[in-house]
Amino acid sequence: MLGYAIKRLLSAIPVLFGILVVTFSLARLIPGDPCKAMLGDKVSEATCAEFARNFGLDQPIWVQFFYYLRDVAQGNFGNSIRFSRPVSQIIIERLPMTIELAFLALIVATICGIAIGIFAARRHNTAGDVGTMAIANVGIAMPVFWLGLMMAYVFGVALKGTPLWLPPSGRLTAGLVSVPFYDVWGWQMAKGTFGAQFAEFISNFYIFNALITFNWAVFNDAIRHMILPALTVATIPMAVIARMTRSSLLDVLGRDYVRTARAKGVPDNKVVQRHALGNAMLPVVTILGLQMGALLSGAVLTETVFGLAGVGRMLVEAIFARDYPIVQGFTVLIATIYVVVNLIVDLSYTYLDPRVRPQ
Amino acid sequence: MTSLDAATARAAEIVIEDGLLGNPVPLWKQTWKRLLRKRSAQVGMIFIGFMILVAIFAPIIAPYDPNQVLIGVEDIKRREAPCVHLLGCDVAKPQHIMGIDGNARDVFSRLVYGSRISLMIGVITVSAALVMGVFLGAIAGFFGGWLDNLIMRVMDVILGFPSLLLAIAIVAVLGPGIVNALLAISVVSVPGYARVTRASVLSVKSQDFVSASRVLGASKWRILFTRVLPNALTPIVVLATMGIAGGILEAAGLSFLGLGAQPPMAEWGTMLGSEKDQIFSSPHLVFFPGIAIVITVLGFNLLGDGLRDALDPRLNA
Repeated sequence: MLGYAIKRLLSAIPVLFGILVVTFSLARLIPGDPCKAMLGDKVSEATCAEFARNFGLDQPIWVQFFYYLRDVAQGNFGNSIRFSRPVSQIIIERLPMTIELAFLALIVATICGIAIGIFAARRHNTAGDVGTMAIANVGIAMPVFWLGLMMAYVFGVALKGTPLWLPPSGRLTAGLVSVPFYDVWGWQMAKGTFGAQFAEFISNFYIFNALITFNWAVFNDAIRHMILPALTVATIPMAVIARMTRSSLLDVLGRDYVRTARAKGVPDNKVVQRHALGNAMLPVVTILGLQMGALLSGAVLTETVFGLAGVGRMLVEAIFARDYPIVQGFTVLIATIYVVVNLIVDLSYTYLDPRVRPQ
Repeated sequence: MTSLDAATARAAEIVIEDGLLGNPVPLWKQTWKRLLRKRSAQVGMIFIGFMILVAIFAPIIAPYDPNQVLIGVEDIKRREAPCVHLLGCDVAKPQHIMGIDGNARDVFSRLVYGSRISLMIGVITVSAALVMGVFLGAIAGFFGGWLDNLIMRVMDVILGFPSLLLAIAIVAVLGPGIVNALLAISVVSVPGYARVTRASVLSVKSQDFVSASRVLGASKWRILFTRVLPNALTPIVVLATMGIAGGILEAAGLSFLGLGAQPPMAEWGTMLGSEKDQIFSSPHLVFFPGIAIVITVLGFNLLGDGLRDALDPRLNA
């Protein structure tokens, strides 16, 4: 078990290294002079020479790559051109929102997806089964940004004035402010230290921050703002999980040991809960890992729809502003998160299924 | 028990019907027959067929030129709601069944012409990814060794990115535009084809008929292309069908963000993206292009599902 975990951990290293090579090359492949791309077309020769010296661009390419690795290892992604601030600082401000969104979506997708899958499998070949699976098929075929816009319209405009109304954009209602927990508790922290940055990072999880500071007004408001985006991001993974749960459960329900359980008189509910469900969950866990990509991509598109200031929207804005350090830094960041999450899923898979656990 | 009996009977029926007891019937003919029996495949083919017909007859179906600005031509306003005479819209007004967009163009005509672009996007991205992926996967699986290692590690790196993110990053470098978006989507979908091809090639290459070919003195490339690849195609066909759906969705996503097709091109994602801020005042501008995407993507997904079942006889019982 431990041996496998180590092996799997090691196998992620070439992938992470490759991701760094790709993002490094992407920045170098930008057509034209990086100096002009970053500082504008009217920049002077001397400024460009200095720019090259500052960024190590006058060094051989492999030396540049080495510098890049060193910087990334230190969490230094350079400075944003547009904001003249460290990219890492922008990550601290933007990442928590995206994680919050993806996490809520993951919970919704998993719970609802599995429940729907069980519902359909137990009514195999009835109208309920065919109907839910037809809806799941449509769910997979929907563009996530379109679904988001439609939900924003239905819940934000069409249902205005009813209790079902939900805010269609933003993170908090104007006037409400999320006060960081360290300010509430009166912590004094030196600016710029790792501890202070970490505290700021945590406090940018508005829902979590409101929870630990007992600020229920902000907590409720933040949750209400997250419902539509989270449902939007969750839809596609939910449909995929529902389909997987259904087919996997149907497969297990046809096995001999389930028939034995039925034959000895175990009630139907118990058969599903005790005998079938656990074994049916294994393929679902695998799918869950694969859906993380859909969740992250969905978050990128959904943030744009709901006007949420997360990494996805920042990334897209940065592309149009030609703010390459942000593009580079955010790409590395999201890809790394993706690889790490998949690693965790793989490891949990071996833990859950004794058969794939290497001896 | 009864289901088992029924399954056996079905299987026997298929065998007899497909003529395996008499004259051999080609695999593709058998598959086609089984495919026609699948409900999902039937629905999928209807949707796809509908979209293909719309694309072919676009100039006949569309009442207006997709890029014609109608201000001054007709008495209409920008972003006017749909006007259908049959549903009680004033007959004196010009009929626009899906309304008018922000540049005073007929949404329905743009949607109809958009089917051409979206179908092309799907086919082009899949063809490009298919050629690259099958080639790389085939030589990786067939030759093995360091070549296999090298190719598959590169594929692992591409799979290390969420696909839309890598596509965005590639477009960021190449610059926004439909061609670059197509290229980006093709590149990010190569590993899927490479992996599946490699796996099938590995399972096929150790079979007797391949050894027989080798003994007869066929060259490696000849064996690969005439013996191994045709027998490894089954899962690739399924993946490619689903890939068309994926390509259309991803291209729409990139266009929505402004990174793919550029205005005034009548692409569904672009139509959605350029009017997304008008969702609260003119929802019809967002609603219809989305429906078009759903129908097309759903069609290819369902056909892919049906193909997978039809090509895998084990699932048929």
